[in-house]
Amino acid sequence: MKRLLLGLLTTLTVLALNAQIKISGTVKDTKGRIIIGASVVIKDSYDGGISDSLGNFSFKTFEKGNQVIVAKYVDYKTVETPVNIGAEPIVTNFNLKEEVTELKAVTVTAGSFEASDRKKASTVLSTLDVLTTGGGNADIVASVKTLPGAQQVSEQEGLFVRGGTAYETKQFIDGTVVNNPFNASVPDIASRGRFSPFLFKGTVFSTGGYSALYGQALSSALILESIDLPDQSQATASVSTVVFGAGLQELAKNKKSSWGVNYNYTNLAAYFAIVKQKPDYFHIPEFHSTDANFRVKTKNGMVKFYTTYAASNIGLRRPDIDSLVLKDAFSIKNHNFYNNISWKENLGNGWKVNTGFSYSTNRDELSQQVQNVTNTPVTTGYSWIDNKNFSTNSRQDLTQIRTVFTKRISGISIVNFGGEYWYNYTNTTFNNATYLLKDNFTALFSEADLYITNNLAAKIGARFEHSSIINKANIAPRISLAYKTSPGAQMSLVYGEFYQKPENNFLYFNPTSLGYIKATHYLVNYIKTTSLQTFRAEAFYKKYHNLIVTPPSNIYSNNGDGYAQGLEIFWRDKKTFKGLDYWLSYSFLDTKRQFNNYPSELQPTFAASHTASLVVKKFISKINTGFNFTYSYATGRPYYNFMANGNKYDIRDQGKTKDYNNLGFSLNYLTKIGKAYAVVVASVTNVLNSDQIYGYNYNYNATYKEAIRPPAPQFYFIGVFLSWGVDKRQDAINNNL
Amino acid sequence: MKQLLVIASLFMATLVNAQGKFEAGMGKGLGMMKEAKTAPALAEASAFFERIADAEKTQWLPYYYAALTLYQSAWADPKADKDKIGEACKVLISKGMTIEKTADLYCLEQQVAVLQMMVDPMSRYQTYGATGKAALENAKKIDATNPRIYYLDGMTLMNTPEAFGGGKAVAKPLFAKSVELFKTYKPATPFHPTWGADEAAKQLAACN
Repeated sequence: MKRLLLGLLTTLTVLALNAQIKISGTVKDTKGRIIIGASVVIKDSYDGGISDSLGNFSFKTFEKGNQVIVAKYVDYKTVETPVNIGAEPIVTNFNLKEEVTELKAVTVTAGSFEASDRKKASTVLSTLDVLTTGGGNADIVASVKTLPGAQQVSEQEGLFVRGGTAYETKQFIDGTVVNNPFNASVPDIASRGRFSPFLFKGTVFSTGGYSALYGQALSSALILESIDLPDQSQATASVSTVVFGAGLQELAKNKKSSWGVNYNYTNLAAYFAIVKQKPDYFHIPEFHSTDANFRVKTKNGMVKFYTTYAASNIGLRRPDIDSLVLKDAFSIKNHNFYNNISWKENLGNGWKVNTGFSYSTNRDELSQQVQNVTNTPVTTGYSWIDNKNFSTNSRQDLTQIRTVFTKRISGISIVNFGGEYWYNYTNTTFNNATYLLKDNFTALFSEADLYITNNLAAKIGARFEHSSIINKANIAPRISLAYKTSPGAQMSLVYGEFYQKPENNFLYFNPTSLGYIKATHYLVNYIKTTSLQTFRAEAFYKKYHNLIVTPPSNIYSNNGDGYAQGLEIFWRDKKTFKGLDYWLSYSFLDTKRQFNNYPSELQPTFAASHTASLVVKKFISKINTGFNFTYSYATGRPYYNFMANGNKYDIRDQGKTKDYNNLGFSLNYLTKIGKAYAVVVASVTNVLNSDQIYGYNYNYNATYKEAIRPPAPQFYFIGVFLSWGVDKRQDAINNNL
Repeated sequence: MKQLLVIASLFMATLVNAQGKFEAGMGKGLGMMKEAKTAPALAEASAFFERIADAEKTQWLPYYYAALTLYQSAWADPKADKDKIGEACKVLISKGMTIEKTADLYCLEQQVAVLQMMVDPMSRYQTYGATGKAALENAKKIDATNPRIYYLDGMTLMNTPEAFGGGKAVAKPLFAKSVELFKTYKPATPFHPTWGADEAAKQLAACN
């Protein structure tokens, strides 16, 4: 009986205690805006609710006495409120403060196109994009040229950005600068980049105002970040109309290290036999290239080593412009050896280190010979013809070491600082005279990435440089601000000073009389992105100071200057048309400069006023085939002929080339051949066979000029790329998952 | 004696209550999940599971379900921000992992990777595809007999073009393996995940 009573009593007590109490309120942010979907819970209990579309929440609880109510929402600081739950309903309101997080914070992106998956919002070009840009032939620089800011210059290699020369753009691999990023080339024909897009996981193309971590590039930086460990071991082979290659990549069983080797042989003999070329090649372009890599994971980081050796040989004859019968025979043999080792480590306590060492040596044997109809050397007695004979041997070495420390200061704000040292050695023999250049270059830099709120970020840095050959130092400040105007949209402002040593060929005589060439950048930028669309508009003003001028006296000075200003638009859309990916770039450029032998400020020969590109890609899963088109357009570029008049040059002739049009096409067909996964690639440049004129060459007294055209109007490519052993499942181009 | 009895019964009551609370909570949550057809309802179920998980601190299952229902909410609403939901799912999964690394949590990690890959498959397949594959490998290391691993692997292959090693022919044996394993699969508790048997059978039929 007593036991029953006790049981009853307990039950009653429990029931009494279990009367539910309602808890309600609203959740807003610190600015009073409603937060939908915030979770409100009594700590350590199951009772709680989530805020509705008006920010209201309401739930009932059995909990009693002193409790803690917790309100939380993604990217907001959690708030805890103590309450005493009695018999009455409780109303409690929450104001959550936004947390500055990497996912949400605005990033300073003005002036650059980031092409990796690291920051989803600013991803513009991926490795796949490089491979599937119609007519780009898997050349990184060819793809980058479809972005605003870059000129459609095809008569020489390099990136001409915003009125800058190719010298003003530098390429960096894992932080260290690359001295000879392009294959050896002959006059009036651009060559390809040396590095395969497969080597890199991320590419940043900066068209101005870039970070203080990089220097010695007045206009632009192409920053390449090499891949980490591959997903799996694989063997590859390729056969095509011009290239044969094989490679092996081995991932260790413990997935902590990998090594790989590749070899490619390019020979255009068969291709030139079928597709007629304008020049007469006495040595058909031939390239050997081989590379090896080793990567190993360390405790909290990675060491990467990459080495490549390439050799090439090209010789061609073209009619001499000063004669009806003579020819100029030009030949170049090149050897290039490039090595890069880098180490990245997370040291803990908010510290990171990134250090790199690179060594490269490049040798060119160039010669030009005036020949007669039977291809034998001749001396005419006319200086303007005989002076075209030359032979030169040149060796350029660059040794670099660079270390950057990163320290997290508060929240996600960080400070980067470090230094670099370059040793440049150039030894040139020109017609039996030897010239030697040595430069010890040091730089120190520091830059802070400050996240003030999720909506406001600043990058403030400076760079100090000293070059021994000109015996001068400089300090370059850089400042960027980014402000988020609405979700996915931001405005940025950038200011920066940029310095660069004069080109080597100005430094042979009295180098200390020269100083740095300099540019000041101002940019304003607006970007709106969703995961499938990007809109970007950027206006810039760039002031050039102290450019090198080369008057007839050959006394070089820093008396040149100039400016570039313009507006650029970029639009990429993967959403509007299902399965179709396209982007559109437009650049307006107004630029003039006095440099080299220009007698006054003129629009340079490598600058078109209007440039536009449309890139369209469509993959049709049913037939496993992708179709890629690239249309590029540029208005005509100026050309000049200058003549010495006392100690200055006069313009003897000038004009503008016709507009440039190029439609490139490529298709990729995915299939299986035996056990190998195969990609068949076919591509053609200048599908419409437009007459492309890049400029003009003049005879010695400017009575005759000849258009510079590509060696053949079109370039065709057909190839098969095979891979074994790799599980390509994750490589699948999946539209139907 | 009487006092002893009271103490003992109170002790028992507390014990039963504590155990019953988790079971009742999980039962209610699974009921909510079953009933939920819309994204908000799934999000509510997710919040409920998360509350259980945060209160219990030693159970991975409520984190699993909190992430699973949140993941489902991303598919239920075509306008959902898949990246944001995916990131939130990852936080829940990693909280579950700190309690216990289980095959089912790894399976869910793969599902979330596929969810985020689908935002932009062309440019994301390399990174997210690799993450998903690694997650299934980890799941196999823990429990190679979990039938959901093979179902999810099969689904990925099924949706991969044949030229890249996908297609019905290669997916079929995986679905068959999954169906076979489901025949003997017994969840450790009534609250352990059970889904997948019907889906695997349906996909196997679709391969024929």
